[in-house]
Amino acid sequence: MIGILASVIDGVLVGSVYGLAAMGLTLIWGVMNVINLAHGAIIVLGMFVLYLVATTLGLPAYGAIPVMIIFGFCFGVALYWIAVHRMIGRPHLMSLLSTFAVNMVLIGLGTALWTTSPYNVPVAMPGLTWQGYTFTGTHIMAAVLAALIAGLLYLLLYRTRIGKAIRAVANNREGAELSGIPTTRVLSLAFGLGVALAGVSGTLIATLFPFTVLSGEAYQLKSFVVTVLGGLGNPAGALIGGLALGLIEGLATPFMPVSWIPVVEFGLFVLCLIAFPRGIFALRRS
Amino acid sequence: MTALLTVRGLGKKFGGLQAVQDLNLTLNEGEILGLIGPNGAGKSTVFNLINGIYRPDSGRVLLEGKDITGEPPHRVARHGLARAHQIVQPLLGLSVLDNCTVGACFGRENLPLHRARDVAREVADSVGLGDRLDTQASALTTAGKKRLELARALSARPRVLLLDEVLSGLNPTETEGMIRTVRRIREGGIAILMIEHIMRAIMSLSDHIVVLNVGRKLAEGTPQEVANNPDVIVAYLGDSQLMADAENLSDRNTA
Amino acid sequence: MWRRPFPWLIVGAALLYALVPYFTNDVQLRESLLLAAVYIILASNLNLMIGYAGYINFGNIVFFGLGGYICLYLVNDFQWPLLLAALVGGVAVSAVALLFGLGILRLRGAFFALATIGVNAAIQQLVVNFEPWGGATGIYLALDAYGPLGGPMQALWNIYLLIVALTAASLLASYVIKNSKFGLGLIAIGQNEDAAAVLGVPTHLYKALIYSASAFLPAMAGGFYFFKSGIIEPAGAFNLQTSIEAIVMVMLGGAGTIIGPTLGAFLYEELRGYLLIAETFSHFQLVVAGTLLLVIVLFVPGGLLGFVHRRWPRTRKWLE
Repeated sequence: MIGILASVIDGVLVGSVYGLAAMGLTLIWGVMNVINLAHGAIIVLGMFVLYLVATTLGLPAYGAIPVMIIFGFCFGVALYWIAVHRMIGRPHLMSLLSTFAVNMVLIGLGTALWTTSPYNVPVAMPGLTWQGYTFTGTHIMAAVLAALIAGLLYLLLYRTRIGKAIRAVANNREGAELSGIPTTRVLSLAFGLGVALAGVSGTLIATLFPFTVLSGEAYQLKSFVVTVLGGLGNPAGALIGGLALGLIEGLATPFMPVSWIPVVEFGLFVLCLIAFPRGIFALRRS
Repeated sequence: MTALLTVRGLGKKFGGLQAVQDLNLTLNEGEILGLIGPNGAGKSTVFNLINGIYRPDSGRVLLEGKDITGEPPHRVARHGLARAHQIVQPLLGLSVLDNCTVGACFGRENLPLHRARDVAREVADSVGLGDRLDTQASALTTAGKKRLELARALSARPRVLLLDEVLSGLNPTETEGMIRTVRRIREGGIAILMIEHIMRAIMSLSDHIVVLNVGRKLAEGTPQEVANNPDVIVAYLGDSQLMADAENLSDRNTA
Repeated sequence: MWRRPFPWLIVGAALLYALVPYFTNDVQLRESLLLAAVYIILASNLNLMIGYAGYINFGNIVFFGLGGYICLYLVNDFQWPLLLAALVGGVAVSAVALLFGLGILRLRGAFFALATIGVNAAIQQLVVNFEPWGGATGIYLALDAYGPLGGPMQALWNIYLLIVALTAASLLASYVIKNSKFGLGLIAIGQNEDAAAVLGVPTHLYKALIYSASAFLPAMAGGFYFFKSGIIEPAGAFNLQTSIEAIVMVMLGGAGTIIGPTLGAFLYEELRGYLLIAETFSHFQLVVAGTLLLVIVLFVPGGLLGFVHRRWPRTRKWLE
């Protein structure tokens, strides 16, 4: 029983990072109605940034976090102008294909650079022991950092002018434009922000588990599940959804072979889409 | 007078906002019923509730006596109700003819493709698009797109037509043309429920008017009755156009 | 339909395609033509979803793989004749697709696309754990299965013909659907789903029907293809890369046209052949395909045929 509880707690810790990743996805979705199919590739990018910082450059591992945030943001803005800008307002199909194309390019480049072998970045962090179960230090640290970054995002969105502009554009783009907000610039910033969040979540995941260039897919699926659970364009819902997914994984892991978990998540995803097309939390809000 | 479209006790809430409350209206055969009201009164919501975009929380919608409350849009279309939207929705990649053919194929008559094409050709011609049948919808002018919106709805040969601000964005000549077209449609046997902000037009076109304010029916009657109704004038307070039209109508009657 | 020239052109081209390797007795040519034909089948049927209805099916390869598995299972374990087994595979996969589609196509394009991304991986995982189908090792076809087709050598020729027949069927199906009321409804959905619904198009049903229809021929093709290979295993049957390439082929040639996917398939194969000579890295294939797709989507969303139609509008009428 305690074993299951420990597994669940651990799941929730990891789930906070899922929530962070999903926040990036849902922010972009909510502000400009674009589903970023390069999301998984960007998570992988974050993972390898950790590798580059910690292993190649030998710097302290968690130093990769601010690096990824800044780099991710700039990369995201660039991506917006390359692949997304012309797709705004066009049929959904187009932005799906353009972001998917970016995903292909990134994964292809990644495979060329790093092959599909597994990579691991050992991060030394003292853990916490309780009732004979040790909670890995990195898991706790990841949850703390995820909460911190989520908090910063909240401050940005609700306490700054830029955040207000983003929320205005998300709510009603035309109205925002008429109020004098440079909406295109806001869209590019929001996209950059979303990418930064996705990237930094990848960096955090890399402190927890080994990874390969192809790991992004599984985490992308988790992000989609969380986004659907938490409701589109709802960052708070994404965070809670992430914790919920982590909890479910924590419950499932003792009973199920690891390779089945993505299948279960996929099933959950489809069920949620059918039963709650606007997210479980969206039901309550309206 | 057979009632083609009956709405009884219609109500819809969005979150905390009661968008439409306890609405009754009747559209009779051969009639044009005007639906007016200040911005945000709920007029478009009423249309959405009638043709199935939203499900009403309460009330009934009856088309030719059949209960169509809450049925999905494509079924409502099949029952014989067509709609021309305020913000036009042309199928941009298709030609004018193909756009109208879609209407004819999937509307009330459910025609096979070749028959539908013939009907589409006729209807497009009657609305003034006969010279542009092969033009891609994306290449039309704003006025052309408005005509297409109307032609497409008509191609289904509906019994009831919902017109949502068909006159907006048109210059005076185009407006006159559209008013004539609407009259011709009514003469063709289609009953019309129309939302319009251009008072002069809707007052002269409608047989009967229903005034909506904050989701409830404020007044109803002939155009003249409505224009002279003090509650209506208060609701539109500051709408000098309405007051001018009201004066025109009463002048015309006293003269 | 047979009064118009186009269907005859398709049949004629197919006959030519089928007979050329015969006359030259060139086995290598036959093999590469067969592979191209399989791609054309995949791309043409995918086009029904992407080009007509405007929905992207990222996991389209799952039809091919499942059809292959069902067919090989019936042939190997129950000694069914190939044609019947492949047919059953086609029907079964379309039936499952219809059920799945009715559920999942209630959603909008983006959600549907996401669902199909996971489907392939999920089915692959299920098959890996499914013992009657050989689990992770797959099914190995016993050699005597080729007996009824005249032995292994003759069988390869016969299967080639069968696949070319499926290719012709795919193109004919595209043509028939495009010129039917059903097709018009689909295209209306692809243009503006909400407007189509208000016009009376039964959007939910139509989407599920075309999803199911787009599964049938690829599933049969899977049956024939893997029978020819003699072996089917999960990684090869549900190869995501092939799924992606099919999408690029459709967009490259021109989504929504009839021969666009065919052109796209040939062009892409040419490109791939050139790349393989120039570089031996398969991951660059993905980079090139991705860049190609991005350029198409950004600048020439209508693909090759779309470009031709824009530049020379008269071609719209006869070059579909």
